[in-house]
Amino acid sequence: MKQGVISKVAGPLVIAEKMHGSKMYDVVKVGELKLMGEIIELKQDRASIQVYEDTAGIGVGEPVYPTYQPLSVELGPGLLQTIYDGTQRPLDRIKEMTGDTITRGIDVPPLDREKKWEFKPVASPGDQVDPGDVLGTVQETTLVLHKIMVPPGVKGKVKKVEQGSFTIEQTIAILETDQGNKEINMIQKWPVRQGRPYVKQLMPSEPLITGQRVIDTLFPVAKGGTACIPGPFGSGKTVVQHQLAKWSDAQIVVYIGCGERGNEMTDVLMEFPELTDPRSGEPLMMRTVLIANTSNMPVAAREASVYTGITIAEYFRDMGYSVALMADSTSRWAEAMREISGRLEEMPGDEGYPAYLSSRIASFYERAGRTICLGKDRREGALTAIGAVSPPGGDLSDPVVQSTLRVVKVFWSLEDKLAYQRHFPAISWLRSYSLYNRALEDYFNEEIADDFVKLKNQAIRILEEEDELQEIVRLVGLDALSPPDRLTMEIARSIRQDFLYQNAFHEIDTFASIQKQYKLLSLIIHLHEMCKWGLERKISIQDMFNIDAIERISRARYLTEDKIDQIDQIKDEIDQQIKALYEAKTTRGGSK
Amino acid sequence: MKVRTEYKSITSISGPLVLIERVHEVKYEELVEFVLQDGSTRRGKVLEVHEDKALVQVFEGTTGLDVENTAGVFKGRGIELSLSPDIQGRVFDGLGFPKDDGPPVIPKIRKDINGAPINPFARDYPNEFIQTGISTIDGLNTLVRGQKLPIFSGSGLPHNEMAAQIARQANVLGSQEEFAVVFGAMGITYEESEFFIQDFRRTGALDRAVLFMNLADDPVVERIATPRTALTAAEYLAFDLGKQVLVILTDMTNYCEALRQVSAARKEIPGRRGYPGYLYTDLATVYERAGRIKDKKGSITMIPILTMPEDDKTHPIPDLTGYITEGQMILSRPLYRKGVNPPVDVQQSLSRLKDKGIGEGKTREDHADLFNQLFAAYTRGKEAAELAVILGEAALSELDQKYLKFSEYFEDQYISQKFDDDRDIEYTLNLGWELLSVFPRVELRRVRDEFLDKYFEKNKAEEKAV
Ligand SMILES: Nc1ncnc2c1ncn2[C@@H]1O[C@H](COP(=O)(O)OP(=O)(O)OP(=O)(O)O)[C@@H](O)[C@H]1O
Ligand SMILES: [Mg+2]
Repeated sequence: MKQGVISKVAGPLVIAEKMHGSKMYDVVKVGELKLMGEIIELKQDRASIQVYEDTAGIGVGEPVYPTYQPLSVELGPGLLQTIYDGTQRPLDRIKEMTGDTITRGIDVPPLDREKKWEFKPVASPGDQVDPGDVLGTVQETTLVLHKIMVPPGVKGKVKKVEQGSFTIEQTIAILETDQGNKEINMIQKWPVRQGRPYVKQLMPSEPLITGQRVIDTLFPVAKGGTACIPGPFGSGKTVVQHQLAKWSDAQIVVYIGCGERGNEMTDVLMEFPELTDPRSGEPLMMRTVLIANTSNMPVAAREASVYTGITIAEYFRDMGYSVALMADSTSRWAEAMREISGRLEEMPGDEGYPAYLSSRIASFYERAGRTICLGKDRREGALTAIGAVSPPGGDLSDPVVQSTLRVVKVFWSLEDKLAYQRHFPAISWLRSYSLYNRALEDYFNEEIADDFVKLKNQAIRILEEEDELQEIVRLVGLDALSPPDRLTMEIARSIRQDFLYQNAFHEIDTFASIQKQYKLLSLIIHLHEMCKWGLERKISIQDMFNIDAIERISRARYLTEDKIDQIDQIKDEIDQQIKALYEAKTTRGGSK
Repeated sequence: MKVRTEYKSITSISGPLVLIERVHEVKYEELVEFVLQDGSTRRGKVLEVHEDKALVQVFEGTTGLDVENTAGVFKGRGIELSLSPDIQGRVFDGLGFPKDDGPPVIPKIRKDINGAPINPFARDYPNEFIQTGISTIDGLNTLVRGQKLPIFSGSGLPHNEMAAQIARQANVLGSQEEFAVVFGAMGITYEESEFFIQDFRRTGALDRAVLFMNLADDPVVERIATPRTALTAAEYLAFDLGKQVLVILTDMTNYCEALRQVSAARKEIPGRRGYPGYLYTDLATVYERAGRIKDKKGSITMIPILTMPEDDKTHPIPDLTGYITEGQMILSRPLYRKGVNPPVDVQQSLSRLKDKGIGEGKTREDHADLFNQLFAAYTRGKEAAELAVILGEAALSELDQKYLKFSEYFEDQYISQKFDDDRDIEYTLNLGWELLSVFPRVELRRVRDEFLDKYFEKNKAEEKAV
């Protein structure tokens, strides 16, 4: 077998000579330990290789074995509920094999070869099938029906299709193709750096409902859309990402822990099997795939992890599912690129990042979208991509933040000040935006309530006014404000504390259905209207904010989903209690 | 085993780096031993191999090394630490060689000081409450077993006192036999290290402590190895011997300076403020060694201390640390000047693992609601204080004046705490309720009704009775 020879080892970068015949992005096995690596630069027969495992102990003169294959993932039944490292090695199997720490040079197939799946045919003999057509299905978990599709690039007539219990390597169908009979099993391989094909892109038109009030109501992301969450450390990026992974109404969740903490992945691993999907009542883990390349794991595999994740996400999208992908944190991915680029001695751009940083980020988010998938049934799939960004010192001028903002459509800006005040999620209502607001207006007004968008805009206006008023208060004090302005301040406070604030660790508050969100907001806006009515009748703000209903407003978010109709009753209480104040005043006034 | 040749082919020495040529079969990260003309030895590690050239970083400094007479021997392995249960009660240098008068350690086992990444699947989530006896930690930023919680401080602030107090009072970490302290000193002064040693001795913790000392006048580059050596010992104690280990690493700022020095000598493209671009990854390979492992009894809880250059939290050292650790305790100079001690800036401090370490069966059912409320009230009080500075206290609404008062009491009674004041969690929680009793009930929006009934009304009643 042909092999190259190592001439240099510098951290995760290895240079090998005599690599004639290899191509860019081919996977190679490096050194006696056969560490996995990928060719990232070729000059004649000298290859620069980024190695996905720790290179300690590797030396000059050791062999490099080419595989002539690009870095690929395995796709098929068995992906769900699994935790992989950045190059799709299953961490649970690795633990079985090597114990508590990750040892090098282990080769484990990503998908279980032994497990049998119940395959139900959909296609029949004689059917003409093209890429994406569904041959049959496997109930992979209680939540997900795994569609076994004709792989891209294959077409023909179904000669035979099986039914029954099969491993992923066994043939489940035979196609007659131009090149003769082709046996199809349940594994597809796909190179991670290449997007999977689809028929065409559609404009996003439906929101991804996340159960997070500030997101769904103020800054929604569309199914098939893109969003980013930049913020300094401790501002709540991971909690938001976890919340989305838990409560989004996506059918599949791919969660990538890219260069972050080990315990955060453990948290997901322990919590998700216990939590149930509010819609189906099934454990959340049933729809989840985890990729964990934590900060102490090799840096090159971190670079690969986002591609591994998004390729798996595309595969489920191809089945016609709505997939949500979270990457925490894309900054660590960018830093991995920077580190490798530095070792390659490439010309550094901004902050030492390689010049291709922006284009890599853009092409990553480009893989999101709402699409018509391959396949005769023209099913519709969506891949929503949400990336955390961790800029140094929280500074938004950071190149990774800036490159990301140029491509994503939703910006959830985390503010450290809010986090210090323990206002969570610390998403700034003044700086954040969603470019899907327009596209989703119809959905909200038609599906939720016809005044949904109106209420939301009112809320935004009140919050903006509060910001201006605060400036005045800071200069001259609260007393200088007119009663309507003081009312605005109070209502804004209520919007912040009783609506936007949402405690991820409170068993009820952690998730709010969109109906509940609407009712809560409508309640606060109703309070505003009633207080204006009261003000016109010269009732003091203080009296109005002392009515019993105020406390009920502040507790309304703790009502369970089956009791949200009670929120409407609070409106009546407000009316009665403020009117009572007025009556008390007029009778007193009358006797004066 | 094959014979290791001695190379006398050093071609250049610059700063902490040595280039040796015409070498064979040298491995990346291999340990190199240098033998000087006078017979003394130094240790180094291979940073890069390129054809027949090896670039070596020397831990104990290159003073005294020369091109002609110094020989380098490549040891065929990485840097290892000799381990046995007898390491407790001993003092070592940053590379793990005895620094006290004791005998060399007869190793039961040797471990590479770089360790290996813990498989995330093998981790057990840290959720066991550690009572440190310090209200700002137990009540507001609860520490749990297996957590990494740094102290961000500034020069001259009492971070050492705080770390020592934790080490002394955190007895719930386990019974006496199960508990061990590993102390890694990087570039701190003799006086500072003595402070810790005295405190460990006073409380009897010294017998169960392992100390790795690289003091201010010790070789700078050795600091790169020190936390790794210390953590290798900690892993042995925790995961081989089943102990609950508390690791204190101080001062991480000096560690990062050493890294920067080596990076500059290698002429690497510097990242922010001259620190290497891989600082994040490097720090992660230190901090992520804290934790718990499924089906293992022991744990590693880590308290790294760092002094923020110019008290600037956005400086790369605290910034990148904060991005890796599970929260941070921040000491504030303005509070210190005000006489609040320990001067914990509770708003900026955070324990990310607290939520799973508190509540019924761990601390008390009302804990989460209570700290949320304390934060909210303190925040509003601080805002009121700011306004009062500009407009005078009289300009505040009656309610805001209450908040202002609250925040003062809070700093005075809750945050401030004596160096030897060991408060149990009940005390800390009750103190919180006591301070909140100045407010009308509707103000406590973050607390569930049932807890208000149970805890708040009681305090209210007591207050009225007084
Ligand atoms: N919605 C929320 N409800 C309650 N607490 C929250 C919420 N969001 C964040 N927090 C608190 O803030 C802490 C920090 O959040 P998180 O870990 O998500 O920060 P981060 O931005 O991911 O930080 P890093 O960049 O360092 O990873 C959490 O541990 C939690 O205590
Ligand atoms: Mg995070």
